Amino acid sequence: MTAQSCPRQHCATTMDSAALEPSLYTVKAVFILDNDGNRLLSKYYDPELYPSMKEQKNFEKNVFNKTHKADNEIALLEGMTIVYKSSIDLFFYVVGSVQENELMLMAVLNCLFESLSLMLRKNVEKRTLLDNMDGVFLVVDEIIDGGVILESDPQQVIEKVNYRADDSPLSEQSVAQVLQSAKEQIKWSILK
Amino acid sequence: MIKKFDKKDEESGSGSNPFQHLEKSAVLQEARIFNETPINPRRCLHILTKIIYLLNQGEHFGTTEATEAFFAMTRLFQSNDQTLRRMCYLTIKEMANISEDVIIVTSSLTKDMTGKEDVYRGPAIRALCRITDTTMLQAIERYMKQAIVDKVPSVSSSALVSSLHMVKMSFDVVKRWVNEAQEAASSDNIMVQYHALGLLYHLRKNDRLAVTKMLNKFTKSGLKSPFAYCMMIRIASKLLEETEGGHDSPLFDFIESCLRNKHEMVVYEAASAIVHMPNCTARELAPAVSVLQLFCSSPKAALRYAAVRTLNKVAMKHPSAVTACNLDLENLITDSNRSIATLAITTLLKTGSESSVDRLMKQISSFVSEISDEFKVVVVQAISALCQKYPRKHGVMMNFLSNMLRDDGGFDYKRAIVDCIISIIEENPESKETGLAHLCEFIEDCEHTVLATKILHLLGKEGPRTPTPSKYIRFIFNRVVLESEAVRAAAVSALAKFGAQNDDLLPSVLVLMQRCMMDSDDEVRDRATFYMNVLQQKQKALNAAYIFNGLSVSVPGLEKSLHQYTLEPSEKPFDMKTVPLATAPITEQKTEIAPVATSKLPEKLAPSRQDIYQEQLAAIPEFQGLGPLFKSSEPVQLTEAETEYVVRCIKHTFANHMIFQFDCTNTLNDQLLQRVQVQMEPSEAYEVLHCVPAPNLPYSQPGSCYSLVRLPEDDPTAVSCTFSCTLKYLVRDCDPNTGEPDDDGYDDEYVLEDLEVTVADHIQKVLKPNFGAAWEEIGDEFEKEETFALATVRTLDEAVNNIISFLGMQPCERSDKVPENKNSHILFLAGVFRGGHDVLVRARLALADGVTMQVTVRSTDENVVDVILASVG
Repeated sequence: MTAQSCPRQHCATTMDSAALEPSLYTVKAVFILDNDGNRLLSKYYDPELYPSMKEQKNFEKNVFNKTHKADNEIALLEGMTIVYKSSIDLFFYVVGSVQENELMLMAVLNCLFESLSLMLRKNVEKRTLLDNMDGVFLVVDEIIDGGVILESDPQQVIEKVNYRADDSPLSEQSVAQVLQSAKEQIKWSILK
Repeated sequence: MIKKFDKKDEESGSGSNPFQHLEKSAVLQEARIFNETPINPRRCLHILTKIIYLLNQGEHFGTTEATEAFFAMTRLFQSNDQTLRRMCYLTIKEMANISEDVIIVTSSLTKDMTGKEDVYRGPAIRALCRITDTTMLQAIERYMKQAIVDKVPSVSSSALVSSLHMVKMSFDVVKRWVNEAQEAASSDNIMVQYHALGLLYHLRKNDRLAVTKMLNKFTKSGLKSPFAYCMMIRIASKLLEETEGGHDSPLFDFIESCLRNKHEMVVYEAASAIVHMPNCTARELAPAVSVLQLFCSSPKAALRYAAVRTLNKVAMKHPSAVTACNLDLENLITDSNRSIATLAITTLLKTGSESSVDRLMKQISSFVSEISDEFKVVVVQAISALCQKYPRKHGVMMNFLSNMLRDDGGFDYKRAIVDCIISIIEENPESKETGLAHLCEFIEDCEHTVLATKILHLLGKEGPRTPTPSKYIRFIFNRVVLESEAVRAAAVSALAKFGAQNDDLLPSVLVLMQRCMMDSDDEVRDRATFYMNVLQQKQKALNAAYIFNGLSVSVPGLEKSLHQYTLEPSEKPFDMKTVPLATAPITEQKTEIAPVATSKLPEKLAPSRQDIYQEQLAAIPEFQGLGPLFKSSEPVQLTEAETEYVVRCIKHTFANHMIFQFDCTNTLNDQLLQRVQVQMEPSEAYEVLHCVPAPNLPYSQPGSCYSLVRLPEDDPTAVSCTFSCTLKYLVRDCDPNTGEPDDDGYDDEYVLEDLEVTVADHIQKVLKPNFGAAWEEIGDEFEKEETFALATVRTLDEAVNNIISFLGMQPCERSDKVPENKNSHILFLAGVFRGGHDVLVRARLALADGVTMQVTVRSTDENVVDVILASVG
């Protein structure tokens, strides 16, 4: 492996954690990738961590390569604790410092996943996610603000976002629904 | 054919991602419909989503186009579509740094923030604070205060978190909202509690008393949020650390009580806090370890990971405390999460017995290629610790390490391996040859200059003393041909050491040197020329002084002295002896650090502790003209730990004087001490010249006073002396709350423990990498020898440690380590005596009933030899 393929090495020294400075800034980054490792959404909250887009994408690639094969829930990469979860063709990641309480990061990840699952009516897959991208942006915004955990209860998040997932109007199912309702209307009008 | 394939690819791609082929210019074009009336919320929403998506993908927006889009977006505030409005807030936040004049939306946002729609209020506050600066903040201060105490949790949380973000920028304004934050902290909503606590802490963190009060209040009232509990645990452990509070303090009790919290997150946080506390006893650790043990069998990978990682940390200092968990850890070594398995194995390596080492190493080598660099470093550290514990296992370890060295890996990982191999070589002479061979192989293909030079240096040091030094020459000379300047220069230095040590290799080395003198780099040429000339003299003393044992002065000190010399030109040549010596030789520290964190060695040459003292003392006018600082001792406590006044002393030795620096701390909050000084009564012919008192010593702020003492000139052998010390001062009583002192005070004194000056204070440690050469260099002109019987000492180890600490000299050639089961041992010590005379000691020890010791001392000055022998006797 060459030095370039591992662009920043915070590692090693950070394995030995000093006491954690009390702070609300828990989350360093959060991102959602598709099953090719492409970024669908990412937010970096620590301006010192990967300030350039190139570094961010390198980091995401590296994380994806190390994590997409086994669903292991947690990893330590480039000196950061990363908790993750996959669903069909999506990968969700929450990144925190190596000293961070892993369970707090897990709480954020679970909240993100559950909220999206509620919003997308359990269809947590790439297509539905992208069709409701505005909602996804809003959900992330309600869970984390500038690295601070704003809300950790998925029910609360959904209430605050108050977003109605798109019923894709021209799918076969909806055609059937339209027909059904049309039939009903006709029935009622005849009955009158 | 290819075209068709491409097309298909494209279709399936765009089919799965509607945003895949977005063009920034096209999207911005579309954004024009923002200006249409009536607004079509659905279409506008879609375009805003596209813009945010593009920004998120890293698309660059120019200021003009961003500003244009931003202004168009502001029109959308006319629509009442909820999602559209929310997306506008997001756009504002995303564009806050790209677009110009974002503040034009201030009034719209302020309206939403104070409006009736609760859904808008929180997000509007957060967007508003994102675009606000200190001056504008004052304009919205009233609204912010109201929002913090708002009964709607999302509004209150948003205001608190936004305030926290703004603390960095406008501390003074946000500070005024403390009362509101205090009120919010008693909210019923758990997130509001958490955010309020976080903000309060950030506002008060520099005021320890206020933090303590706040913590007391919240631990009593009992918050509900697990996040808030984690925060409180962190605050409590930070307070404990700062106050060095004992573990009987209520703060510790609070943390311990959190081990019984119903949230795993809080329990883990508490356990981890206890584990990370410095000097925790095994008994205090036990409850924390047992909750971690429970977590080890959790179905949640994150929890198992957290638990085993923390146990691993405990095992570094208290392996016995973790032994109880061995069974649970055994279950984890096959965990599908390799990080967990690695941590479990490395923990077991620390706690388990020697017999399990082979089995565990086999298990770990089955998946070592799958784990990330970070964990490989953990493995290497575990091996390093293991080698110190079970030296006999070095064969297995060395094999494992050399395989790891061949694998791919980053710099930190390779450095950890190299450091580990080097420490094994130093610990076990019999592993030297295999170790060197692995390292030679490694530098054949090593891209890290630092590691290559380090290994070359080691080869130069160890190679010439192996049975077949010639085989290393090839590896070293290959570097001269193939590598960068720094490596070539290091290779030349290594070659010179072979030439100096091995007479039969000298002719070949000289030929190689000749070639190096034609190098393209000047440093390499200079070194080659220099060594060539030294080697050609064929004088042992020259070799010793200039090839084996380099300069032992501190580099910043040398720089300063040379600078001084150029400022004040004089007839006399520059005297090396006036340069302060390098204090702790690096190699001495390394072995201590190695097992814990190999990579913690400072990257930069930081000024040493002694350089700092030198500066501090030089700033005091009374202490001018004493010459360079020769040595500073470790602090000596002159009081018990828990007394009214805490005093410790650092002894600074100069050529003919000593300065005693008394660091005093006043632990009484109702007293202000003034004109504080230490009166010293010497037992010998030492003369106290000056006292520099500390003018003021308020509660808990350390201050220093100094005493200058002249060493007896007529009797150079009088090196030890006992001083009886008394602290003298003027007391002014004061109000513990305000710190306001009374007008008049009274004199008082406080008896301190006696202070000893010993021979060790006159000798600075110096490492001679090649002791034999240095021994020959000094010669036997002033050699003296005497035999002593150490009746009270029972083991060789004890004898060696006693001598080292008594003389304060540097053990060389790792002779401070006594091999097991030996009845005799030779200890080599090197140092420089005050005044700049080299002194070497060779002590032959033999174990019979007691320990018999034959001491041979050589020095460049006869007095020094006498002093040493007299003090030993």
